Amino acid sequence: MQTALQVLDREYLEARCSLLELAAALDRVDRAADHEGSAGEFNDSRLELLKQAMALLSEESHLPNRSERMLLLFSDLD
Amino acid sequence: MQIIQPHYHAIARTAQDYERMAMSGVVAVAEPAFWAGFDRLYPETFIDYFRQISEFEPTRAADYGIKHYCWVAVNPKEAENPELSHEVLKHMPEFFDKPTVLGVGEIGFHKTTKNEEEIFEAQVELAIKYDQLILIHTPHLQDKVRGTKRTLEVLSHMNVNPERVWIDHVEEHTIRGPLEAGYWVGFTLYPVTKCSPKRAVDMLEIYGHERILVNSSADWGPSDPFTLQQCVVQFRARGYSTQDAIEIFHNNPARFLGQNPKFDIKPIRLETIDEPSHNLVGN
Repeated sequence: MQTALQVLDREYLEARCSLLELAAALDRVDRAADHEGSAGEFNDSRLELLKQAMALLSEESHLPNRSERMLLLFSDLD
Repeated sequence: MQIIQPHYHAIARTAQDYERMAMSGVVAVAEPAFWAGFDRLYPETFIDYFRQISEFEPTRAADYGIKHYCWVAVNPKEAENPELSHEVLKHMPEFFDKPTVLGVGEIGFHKTTKNEEEIFEAQVELAIKYDQLILIHTPHLQDKVRGTKRTLEVLSHMNVNPERVWIDHVEEHTIRGPLEAGYWVGFTLYPVTKCSPKRAVDMLEIYGHERILVNSSADWGPSDPFTLQQCVVQFRARGYSTQDAIEIFHNNPARFLGQNPKFDIKPIRLETIDEPSHNLVGN
């Protein structure tokens, strides 16, 4: 098994890239809303889900189940 | 749709790239001189490399109906060796007379060191002296902001015409300075470490279409020349017309590179043809 440092070496740039793509996607939504004249007013439940998912990423945790918890967040459980 | 790939490292790629690029509408590529993945020891190795990209690669591309142009330079990484670099620079003017050499590039900074700056300035001076176009590489990842800033500072006290200078690999955090100073800028599409097709289209929407080149570089590392075509698809998917796409992916490179008369591909425009209707039924 690889060390934590080896894993981070392998994953860092791809994770950075994923975060940049997410940031750009959110910017895209905001820009479109601005173009429509609804800047600051546009809302959608999926945006709220994305924000919750991002909060989950920044939680301090030693449990390797972020992806599972995120998928559950995006699931209809009722 | 006709596409010009303005930054493409053909020597690192197989002929299959040329075939697929031709199938997807690429009519011309331009190949800057770059780092080979290891530091070369001898000036002669560079000279043979320049011969390869100015004499041999055009023949390989021509097999697929693609025009191949190139640039000569000591790349930023190997510019860290000034002694070697100055020897190479002595021979670069011989290549400016070749029929497909467009200018001096890619030059600039890698780690933004004193040695790199000395060779960067020497190559800009050489380009000015021989009236060559200039292609500037900006550093990767965490070094990009500092290197781009220093690039602009160095250029600001040199007698360059910004319209003949292309500052490449800009991203959202480095695009404004070069554009506002009047330079051409390039977005380099890489799978992970540079710009993505979607983010490139975002910047086109924000900054407009003037003085912007889109390329996919494509070299010996993880890279894909067809990210350029992905960008065309992404652009069209957002509702822009084919002519709009032609303006960016064909006409802008034709405009910048065409400042060197050796690059003889002109901007193009789509036209519909009004033909008399034919009643084929009953003929």
